[in-house]
Amino acid sequence: MEMIYIAAAIMMGLGGMGAAIGVGILGGKLIEGSARQPELASRLQGTFFLGAGLVDAIPIIGVGIAMYLIFVVAG
Amino acid sequence: MAAAGEEKTVSDYIVHHLTNLTYGKLPEGFERHDGDTVAAGGEWTFAHGADEIAAMGFNAVHVDSLGWSIGLGLVFCMLFRWAAVRASADAPSGLLNFIEMIVEFIDNQVKDTFHGKNKLIAPLSLTIFVWVFLMNLMDLIPVDVVPELMLFAGVEYQKIVPSTDPNITMGMAIGVFFLMLFYSIKVKGFGFVRELTMNPFNHWAFIPVNLFMEVVGLLAKPFSLGLRLFGNMYAGEMIFILIAALFGAGVFWLLPAALLQLGWAIFHILVITLQAFIFMVLTIVYLSMAHEDH
Repeated sequence: MEMIYIAAAIMMGLGGMGAAIGVGILGGKLIEGSARQPELASRLQGTFFLGAGLVDAIPIIGVGIAMYLIFVVAG
Repeated sequence: MAAAGEEKTVSDYIVHHLTNLTYGKLPEGFERHDGDTVAAGGEWTFAHGADEIAAMGFNAVHVDSLGWSIGLGLVFCMLFRWAAVRASADAPSGLLNFIEMIVEFIDNQVKDTFHGKNKLIAPLSLTIFVWVFLMNLMDLIPVDVVPELMLFAGVEYQKIVPSTDPNITMGMAIGVFFLMLFYSIKVKGFGFVRELTMNPFNHWAFIPVNLFMEVVGLLAKPFSLGLRLFGNMYAGEMIFILIAALFGAGVFWLLPAALLQLGWAIFHILVITLQAFIFMVLTIVYLSMAHEDH
């Protein structure tokens, strides 16, 4: 049963780590792009949110499943 | 939080909130929760608890998901009809203005992404966006309100966010998938078969390899589309329920739990809009790919 907690921790931790790197790169590129071409900033922002939403999905799903494991399967 | 007269644990509470109101056919000879045995030929009834849902198997529908999603679809239709009837060249105000803004936003989005010629795409995108948004919006209603009211009225389970039910999200994704297949065949004709078999290696000996890769790629689209929405909303709902369970942990937890609930709800406003938007944009992109002839 204790293994479930470790599994949940790995799930949340690695998922969050990967997504953080991804969103970091994404945000950096957004700033870079809008510094080069400020007139495109609003359109880039729309695409940025789309990308962030796609990346965001994975850790959030991981957190949801991890919470389910901790509180329902193990609890 | 807890029903009168019996002690409920946190995991009971969570499981109760994550169970759909299921109507289905119990198999013959199944012993029900009150000790009755199901008569010959099976019985169509509402399920009480997980074992009865498991016994129903395939012969079951989630009444709450269906009801809420169809109801929200009707809300969308009536709201937008109301606006369409009143639309004029004058300066609009209030709600009318808001609806015109949504329509214009979707229209621009479709014009940017979709380059084929098809009158169905813009209305389809509008429907998907507003419908999914409304279904996700049910997540912001405090998790206990509707289930407890329904319990009061004698209905045992009620899950009010249709997009936390994989049947609903996968159903929509499969609908999009059929549209993709339909337009691929309609626009490309035999070219669709060629696309499946002659890409990426343009040689007859590679046909099985190409076919395998392309079919996997094709099937992954509706799968990821449906699961992304489901996963996001399910995880969000799960966290709402967990924070709500904190209220039962003692007086000291009331304020932190309320703040957490508020914070997560505000963050969730972004998530629900973003997920509805992503579902719509991906639908447009997939259908746009179905219209591109190489």
